[in-house]
Amino acid sequence: MGLDIRIDLPRTEQSDTYDVAIVGAGPSGLTAGIYCARGRRSTVVLERNMAGGQIALTELVENYPGFPDGISGFDLADRMKRQAAQFGAELREITTVASLQPHEDGCFSITTDQESIRSRAVILSPGVEAKRSGIPGEAEFIGRGVSWCATCDGALYKGRTVAVVGGGDAAVEEGLFLTKFADKVYVVHRRDELRAAKIAQERAFANPKMEFVWDSVPRRVVGDQMVEGLEVQNLKTKEVRTLPVNGVFFYIGQIPNTAFLQGVVERDEAGYILTDALMRTSLCGVFACGDARSNPLKQIAMAVGEGALAAVQAQRYLDELECPLPAADGQRPAWGGPTVPAASRERPGSGGAGDTPTP
Amino acid sequence: MEPVTQDDFDDVVVNAPGKVLVDFWAEWCGPCRMVGPVLEEMAAEYPDVTFVKLNVDEAPEIAQRYGVMNIPTILAFEQGEVKQRIVGAMPKAKLVAELGEFLG
Repeated sequence: MGLDIRIDLPRTEQSDTYDVAIVGAGPSGLTAGIYCARGRRSTVVLERNMAGGQIALTELVENYPGFPDGISGFDLADRMKRQAAQFGAELREITTVASLQPHEDGCFSITTDQESIRSRAVILSPGVEAKRSGIPGEAEFIGRGVSWCATCDGALYKGRTVAVVGGGDAAVEEGLFLTKFADKVYVVHRRDELRAAKIAQERAFANPKMEFVWDSVPRRVVGDQMVEGLEVQNLKTKEVRTLPVNGVFFYIGQIPNTAFLQGVVERDEAGYILTDALMRTSLCGVFACGDARSNPLKQIAMAVGEGALAAVQAQRYLDELECPLPAADGQRPAWGGPTVPAASRERPGSGGAGDTPTP
Repeated sequence: MEPVTQDDFDDVVVNAPGKVLVDFWAEWCGPCRMVGPVLEEMAAEYPDVTFVKLNVDEAPEIAQRYGVMNIPTILAFEQGEVKQRIVGAMPKAKLVAELGEFLG
């Protein structure tokens, strides 16, 4: 067996192999980085463009504990990044991840646009990105009035009129943010009530610059050189009208950045990574956390908790170097589904905290 | 290291007169791939012990019979009886130390 890595060689002789490679530098990946680095594991965090993930695009984070006055998403991400680096995690900037491959010798390799990175364990925290609506004009007017980031582009709309599409937290909060610049902000939502947190709704309804376009969906972005309007249709009356806007911001949901994992780890129908309650994916030695994991809540607080758990489990894997056999039915559990009796699969005394034993 | 199957496990391991060391492994198990070459080396160094490997995906009943829940699991048999059980990959020096008495 031709091996270029051996577990019985000292660390210095295999310095090209990290203990843990973390894919994604949002809150979950950076938290995992902090924990792994503090565990004195050689840790690399791959960050796409600027680290921070979705929160770096968030103007103000008000629901993350410890910041009673709120904190800008960019600053919060930057603090997490510095904290990870301070404990010794290496941050590497990349553009794309092409593949994750298990190796003949038991390690993993992650191929990016830059290089190939080897590690003994992998934590996947690739995050999500804004979903495209796919309506005519959306792609044509990118950078000329169509945006997914109010924080980035909002200031360009001083004294102008914009539309926000969506009814969740992001749509309402970013819409409110846009009222700092724009004279008027339409919120186009397919239902007649919002999904956003009540406190954000109260603020939105109290803001005279916000106008709600209920029961409506966008049909087309119109304009010549720049965006001049958004054609919307009322789903109840079927009436079509064009809102006179200079900008359109889409907040209609997200898609996980998991295409590179096809055929490598199990994902749900929407592409989110499936794990058990201990953040273990279907591939032994590979863990997942954060928004790209199949979980019921996409929040910083959630991502941070998952990142900590994934990091602790990855370190436990590195210590024990063993893989649980699949359950008798051969199925691994989806999040929230009936958990395999992992506790009973553990060696006596080794814990298994966090697992829900099957009755 | 010779592979052993569900069919010849009893002949090769349980009913063998001497010492047999069985490596329970699977293709998808990274740590098994790490410890595999260590065991190959040891097989050459301890000719008095028979080293074999069992693919648990192909022999789930044997894994179940011996209560193997995690792999790699190394079972050390003597006169068909399990004398020692080691779970998880580890460096060669540690493995040799753990198995010291069995290896003789």
